[in-house]
Amino acid sequence: MNLNTVKDLKRPKSADEIRQWRDGYAWLAGGTWLFSEQQVHVDTLIDLHTLKWPALTAGKDGLEIAATCRIAELYDFKPPKEWRSGPVIGECCRSFLSSFKIWNEATVGGNLCMSLPASPMVSLVVALEGILTLWPRDGAPREVLATNFVTGNHQNVLAPGELLRSIRLPAEALSKNFAFRRSSLTHLGRSAVLLIGTRAPAGDVILTVTAATAHPVQLRFKGSPSEAELRDAIDSAVPDSLWFDDVHGSPAHRRHLTYHFGEEIRKELEA
Amino acid sequence: MKLKVNGKEFSASPPPGECLRMFLRDLGWFSVKKGCDAGDCGACTVWVDNKPVHSCLYPAFRADGREVTTLEGLASEGKLHPMQQAFLDAQAFQCGYCTAGMIMTGAALSDEQKKDLPHALKGNLCRCTGYGSIRDAFDGKTNVEIDDAGKSSGASVHNPFAEAIVTGHAHYTTDVPLPEGTLHLKVLRSPHAHAKIVSIDRTKAMAVPGVVAVYTWEDVPRRPYTTAIHEDNRVDPDDTYLLDNVARFVGQRIVAVVAETEGAAEEGCRKVEVEYEILQPVFDPEEAMVPGAPVLHERGIDSHILHPERNIFLELHGEVGNIAEGFAEADAIYEGDYDAPRQQHVHLETMQSLAWRSDDGRLHVRTSSQGPFIVKGRLCYLFGIMPADLHVFTERVGGGFGGKQDMMSEDLSLFATMKTGRPVKWEFTREEQFIGATTRHPMKIHVKLGAKIDGTLTAIQYRIVSNTGAYGNHGGETLANGMSGPWAIYKCPNKKGDGYAVYTNLQCGGGFRGYGTTQPTFAMESALDELADLLKIDPIEMRRKNVVGAADKMEAIWEESSDLTMGSYGLDQCLDAIEKALASGRGLRKPEGDDWLEGSGMAISMLDCVPPTEQRSGSEVSLLEDGSYHFTVGSVEIGNGLVTAQQQVVAQIMNCPTSRVSFINSDTDKTPYDSGTFASVGMMVPTKAVENAARALHEKIVSYAAKSTKTKPEDCRIEDTFVVHGRRRTPLTELRAAAEKEGENLAAFRKAYGSPRTVAFMAYGVRLAVHRITGEIQVLFSAEAVDTGTVMNPNQLRGQCIGGVVQGIGYALQEKMVYNDSGGVINAQLRNYRIPAFADAPVTEIFFADTYDSIGPLGAKSIAENTINPVAPAIGNALKAATGVRFTALPFTEDRIFAKLQEIEKSPAPV
Repeated sequence: MNLNTVKDLKRPKSADEIRQWRDGYAWLAGGTWLFSEQQVHVDTLIDLHTLKWPALTAGKDGLEIAATCRIAELYDFKPPKEWRSGPVIGECCRSFLSSFKIWNEATVGGNLCMSLPASPMVSLVVALEGILTLWPRDGAPREVLATNFVTGNHQNVLAPGELLRSIRLPAEALSKNFAFRRSSLTHLGRSAVLLIGTRAPAGDVILTVTAATAHPVQLRFKGSPSEAELRDAIDSAVPDSLWFDDVHGSPAHRRHLTYHFGEEIRKELEA
Repeated sequence: MKLKVNGKEFSASPPPGECLRMFLRDLGWFSVKKGCDAGDCGACTVWVDNKPVHSCLYPAFRADGREVTTLEGLASEGKLHPMQQAFLDAQAFQCGYCTAGMIMTGAALSDEQKKDLPHALKGNLCRCTGYGSIRDAFDGKTNVEIDDAGKSSGASVHNPFAEAIVTGHAHYTTDVPLPEGTLHLKVLRSPHAHAKIVSIDRTKAMAVPGVVAVYTWEDVPRRPYTTAIHEDNRVDPDDTYLLDNVARFVGQRIVAVVAETEGAAEEGCRKVEVEYEILQPVFDPEEAMVPGAPVLHERGIDSHILHPERNIFLELHGEVGNIAEGFAEADAIYEGDYDAPRQQHVHLETMQSLAWRSDDGRLHVRTSSQGPFIVKGRLCYLFGIMPADLHVFTERVGGGFGGKQDMMSEDLSLFATMKTGRPVKWEFTREEQFIGATTRHPMKIHVKLGAKIDGTLTAIQYRIVSNTGAYGNHGGETLANGMSGPWAIYKCPNKKGDGYAVYTNLQCGGGFRGYGTTQPTFAMESALDELADLLKIDPIEMRRKNVVGAADKMEAIWEESSDLTMGSYGLDQCLDAIEKALASGRGLRKPEGDDWLEGSGMAISMLDCVPPTEQRSGSEVSLLEDGSYHFTVGSVEIGNGLVTAQQQVVAQIMNCPTSRVSFINSDTDKTPYDSGTFASVGMMVPTKAVENAARALHEKIVSYAAKSTKTKPEDCRIEDTFVVHGRRRTPLTELRAAAEKEGENLAAFRKAYGSPRTVAFMAYGVRLAVHRITGEIQVLFSAEAVDTGTVMNPNQLRGQCIGGVVQGIGYALQEKMVYNDSGGVINAQLRNYRIPAFADAPVTEIFFADTYDSIGPLGAKSIAENTINPVAPAIGNALKAATGVRFTALPFTEDRIFAKLQEIEKSPAPV
C-alpha cells in the first residue's frame, strides 16, 4: 500500500553515509513487510538495494548470506552434497506463508529483522547455528549468535539504526544430518510450529523450536536424548508464558505439537 | 524515473512511499486490482522485468529503468497469451476481480511450478470459484460450450464479460479515470466499544495541507435509518445515524475527512481530536438481555426496536402441535448447544463509491452495491433529494455474498459531494472490511429433538440467540429466516422455537450467503445425526424418513398462510446422489499411518427461493435495427453469472445465439426498478421479468409478422435472424424497419414479483481424514447434489456450487474472527483471517437433480445461498464418524479440537 507519511528517500552507496539515525528512518530491504501495513511513524526510507552486497558466497567455511539476499536467490541456491543439512534451506523457504512472488523481493535479512515467531529465516539460521554480523551506526561491527538475536515476538537485539549485514552458516552445521517438521492450521499456512533437529553422525542432537514459542528455543543434548529427557528439556526450557498465543495456534496445541514432532525428530535422528 | 509499461515509455517521479500498484493505476492500468493492498491476495500481480511481483508491496521508485507488464499488456499482436486463453476456455472466474492476478501469476509459472499448484498459487486468493474452474484452466479443460441459436438454455455458454475479464478491460467500481478535482474520503473510526462523544476538535485536521473538510455528527442530517437494503425498510430498525454522537462498537465511523489526496485525508483523520466519555460495553448477547446491562439504544417503537431496555431488537416465538406431548411420545431425546460464529464475506473488491455532480446539477453515485435502487431511495430520504435528481449505478462488481447489501460507502461520499460540489471517492481498505463492515451473525443455538424408535421425529425444539452487534441491520430478517427453513425441511407434528436478535457492542451482523440459515442448519443437521446415532439408524435413512415430500406442507413453528409452494421437488434425488457418491470410494485415500482416522458425513438444506419481504423487478426487451435484441434489467452482476443467464433466457425464447443479445443492467437511469440482487432472487425475480418481457416481445414480433404477411400467427416462427412463415423468410431487420415506419414499437416491458415462491434443496457429502494426535483434517472427498430446476448454464452453476462449498469449508475449518477484551478485531488482515486458498480447496463433484420448476423462469430456480448451508454440519458429522467425538463449535481448527482426540484409541492397523 502507499506509505503516505513517507516524504523522503535516501539511496546510499555505502551504509556509512547514514551516520545520524533518527526516529522516522526505516531501512528498506524488499519492502514486502514495510509496504504491507501503514507505517505512520516512518517519514524516510533508506534503500538497501543501492549497497549492492553480493547475495551469497559459498566456501569451505560455509555459506555467507547477505542480509539483502532475496528469498528467491536463496531458494535457487544449490548446496553441495556434503552439506547434508542443505535441504533445510529450501524447506525453510517453502515455510513462508507468502508466495514465490513475494520471494522475488523479500530478503533474508528483512525476515530476520521482522523477528516473528513464524519467520522461517529465523528457524533456518538458528537451526544451522548461524552467526550474524551487525553494523551499528556508531561503532565497530559486532557478531551475535543467531540463537541470541530474536528476543521475543517482533523483538530482537538490534539497536535503533543498527543494520544486519550478513549471516554466516558454518560448514560444520551444514554438514550435519537434519530432520524437519512443520505444522500450520491451514494447508501451507503460517507455521504454528517449526522444528528442526540436526546431528552430526553419532554426534550431539540439537533441536531448534520456532514458531511455537515467542522466540527461538534451542535444546542441545549430549548424544541422543531419551523420550523422557527430551520432554523434560522442553518443559524446563519453555515456561508456560513462552508458548506463543495468536490466531495461528493456541499455546496448548503448540506445546502438544512440539512434544509430538520433537519425539518424531528424536527418533529420526537416532537412526 | 523512466520505465516501460506494456511496451510504452513513461517518465514520472512517484512519491517515495508510493507503491507500484497505485502508480500503475494512476497511469490508467486498471487491471491492477486492490484485494488487500498488503501482499496477501495477489490481485495486483504484475511482472517487473518478467518476474511476477505483488505490486502493492513494490516501491514504485524501484521500477526505474524496468519493464512492467500488466494484464492489459499480456496479449501480443491481438493474440491472447495461452494462460488467458485457458482462463477463457475454462471460464475460470466468477466476479473476475482476482483474475488479472491469477493470470499474471499463472502465465509466469514454470512447468515445475505448475505441477504443484497449491504452492504456486499460495499468493492468489479467489472467493467466488472455490478454485474449481481455476484448476480446470491449468488442466487445459474447456468448460464453455458452443452457443447455438435456440439451444441456449442448458448450455454452458460463455460469460458476456469473459473476454474483457481475461484481458483486464472489465471495469469495476473505481476502474475509471477519476473526474477532475476528485476528493478522497477517509473516516476516523471509534477506538472504543461504547462511548459518548464529548467534543470534537477539527482545528489541527483542517490545518493539514490538502484537507478540504472535516464532518462530524453535528454536520450531517440527523435522520435515523438503517444501512440494510430491503424493499421494505420497516423490517430493519431505524437505529443508525450517518455520523453519531455515540460510538457503539470499535470501528464505528466517527468523523469523515475529505482531502485532495488519500494521504492528506488519512493525516486529517489522525489529527482530529475527539474527547470520549467511556461507557460500559456489553459483548455477550445473553448478558446484554439481563436487566441492568448497558443499554445500547434508547429509542423505542419509532425505530422498531422491540425491547430497547434489554437490548432486544426482535424476539420471535412460535409453536405448532404440542412440544411437551411430542417429547413425551419420544423413545429417544437428544439435546445440545451449538456455536456458529462470525464469518467475513471477503469479496475481493472492497466496498467503494464515487459520487459527483454533473453540469446539469444532477448527482451521480457509481457504487459496488448489491441494491442500487434501494440505495437511491435511502439517499433521497437522508439528504432530501428529489428522485429525478439522483442517479445510482454499478458497472462490474467484484463479489458481494451479501456484504454489499448494506449502504456503507455511498452515503458519506454523496454527502461530501453535495457539500463541496466536487467528486468524492471512498474505497474501504481491507482492514475496514473487517472492522467496519458486516459479518455473518454469530448465533448460539440450543436444539432438542425427540423421535420414535423407528426414527420418526416427534418433537423439534430450538432456541436461537443471534448477536446483531451494535446495529440491527438484517438482525431481524436473518433470525426469522434461521427459524424457518432449517427446521421446516423436516416433517414433525410438534415444533417450538424461540429466537432473539440482541444488540451488543460489537460490529454489526449483516446479510451473508445463507442469510441466517447457515448457523441453525449447522445445529439441526448435527443434532439429527446425534439422534440417529442414539437410535442406531443410518443418518441418510433418518433423513429419508423425516424430510418433507413433494406433497407435504412446509412448516416451521408458525401456523400461518404462506405463499411458499413446492414448485418442484428434488430432495429425494439429492439424497440418493450423495449416498451413492459417498459409497463409491472415489476421492483421495487416507494418508498412511494408523494415527489417521477416517469418516464420512452428510447434511441437507432447504432454501426459500425468494425472501418473504417484497421483491420486484422489471425488464424491457427490444428488437434493434440490426435485428439483434437488447434487454434492460435492474439486477446487479456481482459474479453470480446473472447476466449470462438472462442473456440465455432471451436467446432461448427468441431462438437466437446469446451473442445477438445485448443488455444494460443495474442503473437507476437506464433500467427498470429492481429491489436488489441478494437472497438468491436473481433467477426468480429479475430473470423472470426478462423472461416475461422476452415472451411478450416474441408474441409481438410474431403477430406483427403475421399481420404484415397476412398469415396466421401460429404459422409464423422466429428462426435466428428471420421470421419464417410458410416457405417465406423475412429478415428481422426488414420487419423492424417496416414496423418503425408504421409506428409499431417492437419492444416489450414486463414486471416480475417475488410471489408465489418456491423452494430448492441441497445435500452435501464429505469423507475426511483426521490425525488423532495433531488434529489435522484432510478432506478426501467432497460432493454436492443440488435441486435447482432447469440447469440454465451447467458450468456457471457448478461454479456457484463449488464456490459455496469452499466458502463452507472455510467456515467449517479455518475462518475465525478474533476480538480482544475491548471488542476490537485483532486479525483484520487476510494473512491472519485465512479464507481458503487453492491448497485448502478439495476437488468437489457436483450433481444436478432432474427437476423443472413451475414457478421459476424456464423451469429454473435459485441456487447461490443454499450451497454453503450443509457443508459445516456434514464436516462435523464426518468428524464424529471418524472420531466418535461431536464437535459443536465452529471452526474445527486443529488447535481447538486436538485435546478431545487424545483419548481415542488408535484405529486398527490395516489388514
